[in-house]
Amino acid sequence: MTINEKQDEIIEEFDLFDDLLDKTQYIIDLGKKLPPMPEAQKNDENRIMGCQSKVWVDAELKDDKLYFYGDSEPTAQISKGLVGLLIRVLSGEKPEDIANADLYFIPRVGMGNLITSLRAGGLASMIERMKAFGRAYTEKSHS
Amino acid sequence: MQPAIDNTLDIQRIRQDFPILDQEINGRPLVYFDNAATNQKPLSVINALTRYYEGYNANIHRGIHHLAEQATAAFEASRRAVQEFLNAKHWQEIIFTYGTTDGINLVAQSYGRHFLKAGDEIIISTMEHHSNIVPWQMLCEEKGCILKVIPINDEGELLLDEYEKLLSEKTKFVSCVHISNSLGTINPVKFIIDKAHEVGAVVLIDGAQASSHLELDVQALDADFYVLSAHKLYGPTGMGVLYGKKEILDAMPPYRGGGEMIKEVTFAKTTYSDLPYKFEAGTPNIADVIAVKTALEYMAGLGKENIAAHENDLLQYATEQLNELDGLRIIGQAKDKIGVISFVLDGIHHQDIGVILDQQGIAVRTGHHCTMPLMQRLGIAGTTRASFAVYNTRYEVDRLVQGLRRVQKMML
Ligand SMILES: Cc1ncc(COP(=O)(O)O)c(C=O)c1O
Repeated sequence: MTINEKQDEIIEEFDLFDDLLDKTQYIIDLGKKLPPMPEAQKNDENRIMGCQSKVWVDAELKDDKLYFYGDSEPTAQISKGLVGLLIRVLSGEKPEDIANADLYFIPRVGMGNLITSLRAGGLASMIERMKAFGRAYTEKSHS
Repeated sequence: MQPAIDNTLDIQRIRQDFPILDQEINGRPLVYFDNAATNQKPLSVINALTRYYEGYNANIHRGIHHLAEQATAAFEASRRAVQEFLNAKHWQEIIFTYGTTDGINLVAQSYGRHFLKAGDEIIISTMEHHSNIVPWQMLCEEKGCILKVIPINDEGELLLDEYEKLLSEKTKFVSCVHISNSLGTINPVKFIIDKAHEVGAVVLIDGAQASSHLELDVQALDADFYVLSAHKLYGPTGMGVLYGKKEILDAMPPYRGGGEMIKEVTFAKTTYSDLPYKFEAGTPNIADVIAVKTALEYMAGLGKENIAAHENDLLQYATEQLNELDGLRIIGQAKDKIGVISFVLDGIHHQDIGVILDQQGIAVRTGHHCTMPLMQRLGIAGTTRASFAVYNTRYEVDRLVQGLRRVQKMML
């Protein structure tokens, strides 16, 4: 599936809920399903700044595709869910596609305050970090 | 525990004075429990602002025309109202500022820079708001003064015997919060002031939280300085008061230069106005100053003791109800406290609590509440804080408890 197909799928899934709390529950459950990141990877280098809670993201190139790992401090489940959502969209894609992705699903899932205000800083930093990985690996995968 | 309150206030009637309360957030009626950050404004205050701009907007003190006189009279009437509110001896002791933070900076920059020197000790407490930490740190850095900190116990009360041990002839200034915004603790400021005076130190009390909950009497307290913010007492934002004893303020140099604070300016020399004007450089926030009087009248109309009784009832009720929740721990268990409840929930980040309560229309504050050193002392990253005002109800407390049950159901 392409990045955009995955985004469309997520928009459809969120459209099934009309209650904000149900959407949030869905995000939390996504976070719960995220495989835990090895402790060694939860280092300062991988830490996303701008999140109110501690969040880490790392990436690895396999067969020209970029795979992401992410985690949050155990209590911060909404952040973890948001990382999970981004990983679902971007992981396993070509670095240049990640670098150039237009993440239109975020305003479209209708999370209101959750995404626009409180998490804006942190979420934007997560996306920026993942795209930076995409840019950094674009050259490597071509060389 | 059944609170013995003869509740004389008709809260439903009072709620109608606050138009902002009548709205839905995320499809649910708003519950506003972020009153320690700023409380809501009654219509009379909102109208006072509009009346000024619609009817008599003019610059004050200098104008000779009718509107200028009307505005000046209203502005100075507000000063008298604040004088009465604080029971200050002289109207000249009331200086309008931009708020608590601004008042503390004024004292640190004017009194501190002029009267304190290297090696002098300044005492603050563990539960200070950053506004009552940073200005003193800046001063210490500049002048070589030494900052000492009164410790607290796990309940969130000051350790007064430790305070007494910190005091010495080197102590030149004590700056302490009257009521903690993070814990709700009411500090024994009379004792703090008396002990400081015994060693000859000057005392500032940060009354940001106290002003809307307690009867204030700066003469009875014998405070040298008392600071507050209007927006925490049902008044406008960006507006506050510095009270200072006249003889101390008289001795202090002005701290900002410009219009209003001068008597005469030549290029050779400037002479300064008398109190309070020498500390009020530039065009002040006229409309908001005027509206402060209206806010004080609003509170007086309800009766501060009635407001306090109602908030205390909510505090008792909420404490009981919240204690029913598994894994909830109230941070700040002082014997003497106001309607501020900070808590943590096992296994759930305070940020997530705030988000999910907001989705249910419930506004609380989460985080360190601008008291990071206090959070460090308590060994936590932050709390969720519900803080009450006169218009809050037991029903709203029930909504909070239900909201938290929902949070737990989603997270655990
Ligand atoms: C105890 C205390 N001090 C100082 C302040 C700062 O007040 P302002 O932002 O109005 O200057 C606050 C506001 O939260 C406070 O609660």
